[in-house]
Amino acid sequence: MAQVMSERNQKMHPHKFLLWVAIGSITMMFAGFTSAYIVKSNQAGWVPVQLPKIFYLSTVLILLSSGTIYLAQRMFKQREMAKYRLLITTTALIGIAFVVTQLLGFSELWAQNITFKESVAGSFFYVIAGVHGLHVAGGVVALFVMFFRAFSTSTRYYSSTPVDVVSIYWHFVDILWIYLFVFFLLVA
Amino acid sequence: MSIETTHVHQSGVSHEAHHEVHHGHHHETFLTKYVFSQDHKTIAKQFLITGMFWALVGGFFSVIFRLQLGFPDAKFPWLEDLLGEWARGGQLQAEAYYALVTMHGTVLVFFVLTAGLSGTFSNFLIPLQVGARDMASPFMNMLSYWFFFVASIVMLSSLFVQTGPFSGGWTAYPPLSALGQASPGSKVGMDLWLVSMALFVVSSLLGGLNYIATVLNLRTKGMSMTRLPLTIWAFFFTAVLGVLSFPVLFSGFILLIFDRHFGTSFYLSDIYINGQALPNEGGSAILYQHLFWFLGHPEVYIILLPAMGMVSEILSVNSRKPIFGYMAMVGSLFAIAILAFLVWAHHMFVTGLNPFLGAFFVLLTLLIAVPSAIKVFNWLTTIWKGNLRFTPAMLFALGFVSLFISGGLTGIFLGNSSLDIHLHDTYFVIAHFHIVMGVASMFGMFAGIYHWFPKMYGRYLNNTLGYIHFWATMIGAYLIFWPMHYEGLAGMPRRYYKYDIWESFKQFGTLNQFISVVAVIVFLVQILFLLNFFYSIWKGRKVTTLNPWSANTLEWTTPINPGHGNWEGEIPEVHRWAYDYGKDGKEFIPQTTPVSADESKH
Repeated sequence: MAQVMSERNQKMHPHKFLLWVAIGSITMMFAGFTSAYIVKSNQAGWVPVQLPKIFYLSTVLILLSSGTIYLAQRMFKQREMAKYRLLITTTALIGIAFVVTQLLGFSELWAQNITFKESVAGSFFYVIAGVHGLHVAGGVVALFVMFFRAFSTSTRYYSSTPVDVVSIYWHFVDILWIYLFVFFLLVA
Repeated sequence: MSIETTHVHQSGVSHEAHHEVHHGHHHETFLTKYVFSQDHKTIAKQFLITGMFWALVGGFFSVIFRLQLGFPDAKFPWLEDLLGEWARGGQLQAEAYYALVTMHGTVLVFFVLTAGLSGTFSNFLIPLQVGARDMASPFMNMLSYWFFFVASIVMLSSLFVQTGPFSGGWTAYPPLSALGQASPGSKVGMDLWLVSMALFVVSSLLGGLNYIATVLNLRTKGMSMTRLPLTIWAFFFTAVLGVLSFPVLFSGFILLIFDRHFGTSFYLSDIYINGQALPNEGGSAILYQHLFWFLGHPEVYIILLPAMGMVSEILSVNSRKPIFGYMAMVGSLFAIAILAFLVWAHHMFVTGLNPFLGAFFVLLTLLIAVPSAIKVFNWLTTIWKGNLRFTPAMLFALGFVSLFISGGLTGIFLGNSSLDIHLHDTYFVIAHFHIVMGVASMFGMFAGIYHWFPKMYGRYLNNTLGYIHFWATMIGAYLIFWPMHYEGLAGMPRRYYKYDIWESFKQFGTLNQFISVVAVIVFLVQILFLLNFFYSIWKGRKVTTLNPWSANTLEWTTPINPGHGNWEGEIPEVHRWAYDYGKDGKEFIPQTTPVSADESKH
């Protein structure tokens, strides 16, 4: 009996588990997008798109933010709340910087006459990277919720689950972008 | 140490639950109890009743277009009163016909047999049968219903726009769905269709995430995965299928939206419309079909698996025998779930698909016959020499098995890429998927409603009306769809408005009339069922025992009208699987009964 009960205790928090299933679901959406891209790229009349250099910057930014949220999570667990506040704020700001960099990249590409009407490869890139950007933006919203919780004076939060959930999601959108970036560089 | 910490954990849970129940009595208003409820049982009923509304609407659409198919030259003045311009002079217009066919498909596949079936019974049964107080996230569960509700409103509103709802078939293939100039239905009707479907996908995903998390995380003590009732296994695999395939459909929809409104060419290339060349270059309409059917085929099993699970449970309970081959049942559900993702191109054999590639899809498609046959075999051996109780639920479950066999057999014909050249897009296909997926799943849903109505409302449905409902629907379903096989074999194409220019199809004139008349009768019988349902909610015979069917599963250990939280005290502990019927001379042994020392092994 004790065994059964302790087994129950070790189970993952339902919210964390929900997130993992959702990650599987989001992965399938991008698998759909990128396989459509592969199918199209093998057909006649396909003109690949050269990605502007600014996307390397955005890749560095999002990698950096994964690092800061990792540290934030550690600080939270050690109850170093001042450092935690600083790191969570930094992560949110880098997240915004990432979205802005992506938009700059889009406009640079658009200026090269790679538009919806002119380029199928370009359209794919805008849609896929754009949908990824929306997921990052969703993560930024979650980070802001954490931000306001961290600075709240009326309530103190001790459970690390919300921090864990946001952190897992943030690492996921990071890895997703690395995948997409490498994918667009290779399947050209 | 571990015992100590877990004790704290356990008592924490029960405190929380007590608090919740207590809390509920004081602050529940009409709004939080019946409208924005977070109780999985109420949400299940919301899904069920919304699904019933859609079934009525979608079924009525089929009645109208069946009138056109059965009596193409007759005039129905009442139709003009009802539909106005759509039925000018009492005759259904071609555009309206296509719109009705499209809406019938969309509504029945997604709103009735996905949301209405899995939304109802996954919600209702998962927490009750695994022993949980509610879903992993009751709030997300509530959102899931309300997304579905808004999707319903948007879809309903598309019926009332001037250019009509979308009319290019439920599969919404481009270019018909991508170009507003293509048909009246492709204008604002299609936009509403896409918005509604996007909301629907969100609803399904929110629901599916919850079902998976609840089954894996919130089972009560002793409820190991292999002690789960087969219903739960079926809902679990259904949710996995949905969570993995709906996002792909969503990506396809996003590309379609861009093609419609932002001038991209994902699906469009080399198109002349009304004598004008479009600038779109480099797209591929087939790409959409790949994305669509990657969902579309698993969708078939999303519809069918819940019905299979409930039928397994109902057959076992009403045969007073354990389910035959429990692990084989789980294994075949798993095999079907895997294969569901590997057969989508059998919907596309005639799109110019590489015949070499087609051969693999034929092989994988025919492989589905193996797990399907295992399931049929196990259902038949479960009822073999059983003490059958012919309740309406049992009859519908038996009807399901019958329909699944006869519809499944024609699937073997259609899975062959060479036979498909002749049979694709004919009435043979209509007959096949209506029997095996549409009517069979509908039977599974009816079986579920008759069986769990006492748990839902604490009252019984009227049995006599139930028997009338069953026999009329069973006979009617075969009378409607069986003749369509002959029409299809003769090459009669589906989706056409009129067949009078073909000499070869004139022989089917009276047969079509016959089908239409039966369709009207079967539709009226369903209204009888609805009357029974709503009458019984308030006036039905009251349930007086906790366990009216003498079943083993956990939902029958709750109070007759369970509140939010399901069990009043502690959640019961589970000691055995759900199918100990007729064991050691006992008629049934509930899952909560501890295994006694002198008990034989199962």
